[in-house]
Amino acid sequence: MVNKTLATCREAVASVFDGATILLGGFGDPGLPGQLLEALREQGAKNLSIVHNGSGGGTHALGGLIHDGRVRKLTASFPSHPGNTSFQDLYMKGQIDLELVPQGTLAERIRSAGAGLGGFFTPTAAGTELAAGKETRVIDGRDYIFEKPLHADFAFVRAYRGDRLGNLNYRMAMRNFNVPMATAAKFVVAEIDELVPVGAIDPEDVHTPGIFVDHVVEVVRHPKYLEITTEGR
Amino acid sequence: MSLTRDGIAYRVARDLPEGSYVNLGIGIPTLVSEYIPPDREVFFHSENGILGMGGLAKPGEEDPDLVNAGKQYVTLLPGASVFDHPTSFAMIRGGHVTHAVLGALEVAANGDMANWRTPGEKVPGVGGAMDLAFGVHNILVTMMHVTNKGKPKILNKCTLPLTAPRCVKHIYTNMAVIEVTPEGLVLREFAPGMDPKIVQSHTEAPLRVAANCREMDIPAAFQVVHATA
Repeated sequence: MVNKTLATCREAVASVFDGATILLGGFGDPGLPGQLLEALREQGAKNLSIVHNGSGGGTHALGGLIHDGRVRKLTASFPSHPGNTSFQDLYMKGQIDLELVPQGTLAERIRSAGAGLGGFFTPTAAGTELAAGKETRVIDGRDYIFEKPLHADFAFVRAYRGDRLGNLNYRMAMRNFNVPMATAAKFVVAEIDELVPVGAIDPEDVHTPGIFVDHVVEVVRHPKYLEITTEGR
Repeated sequence: MSLTRDGIAYRVARDLPEGSYVNLGIGIPTLVSEYIPPDREVFFHSENGILGMGGLAKPGEEDPDLVNAGKQYVTLLPGASVFDHPTSFAMIRGGHVTHAVLGALEVAANGDMANWRTPGEKVPGVGGAMDLAFGVHNILVTMMHVTNKGKPKILNKCTLPLTAPRCVKHIYTNMAVIEVTPEGLVLREFAPGMDPKIVQSHTEAPLRVAANCREMDIPAAFQVVHATA
């Protein structure tokens, strides 16, 4: 019998190695796998390359991982989070690399990787600072830049309900980056609120089919592991 | 007189048509949803995957899984939908979101907009600003007409790094409503008690005064005495 469930976040992050690239889902609190992140902090892997919309907040979850000096590179659209002085301090000292990517381009680069594409041309950022060094092409009279797919070793996502086959269901605004990220890494773990029996999620409500998911871990929500809520995008 | 921040939001809200799909930026744009006429159906989009967004959640009624792009807890209206980031940005880049109301630091006479890199910032952040500026057909800028130091923000050429070239269609400030046309900027409306000359004196780029240019129709509650007017 297929069983993708794991009992603890500790087991789920055990194989993360130094230098790994990790896709990290969530946008603000919704969909952020905060307890997998805390387990990763305890696990100890370093020189990580993290892909996430922001830079986390405070000293928990991603903010904590950055604070601990475990991240060598962040790929993000909005790392200038007012609550994350850890990232700002390391960035100003040149101790962390930043690849700044427009939010829609970031989502599509991840989707592209999961869908087996070699990249895409987008109008976003053509002719701006963020197009520096990128291939450009005029298509039907409009400027486009070429963006490559963004693959990763691991993806940590968060969903609402999941089953032992890895099927995931999200509620409200949890889907965000989690849906594309779950398709784009070699090893995908989902932190879920509720492990339900196979068949309990209506096929029409499966947002991430189990084919994309390696493991699910049921957790009890803990406000400590969420990002600090601050205005900023 | 000039308009308050809410006054600018009130004015731009009048121009969002029935059935429009609208993304609101942070700052003055966030206030716009308060001023949509009650008999008009306008759908608000949030780039983190919401269409049909309602107002902010009341204290004690927040849903932990439902925030807007500014990470504030929000509500949904009947008929709302939620989706993932690629779908959300397909709506933006694909031109399905019909209007975006955005703050700006500078706008140039040709519609160039700068709103993502601020002078003196430590860490740059772009978020969804470029996707919106490149993808949405009607970019409506709301901002104070001049900087805190009184310098014009509507310029011949932007000095800050561009978010997107030639993207702005209309500019709504505390002093004026200005349309960006292929022939340059056209003054459509000025704040009560002002006139085109006063607006031009606070604007670097030349303004053509529209034949039907008029004083704005704004409730007194949204007007303040303007120091230099």
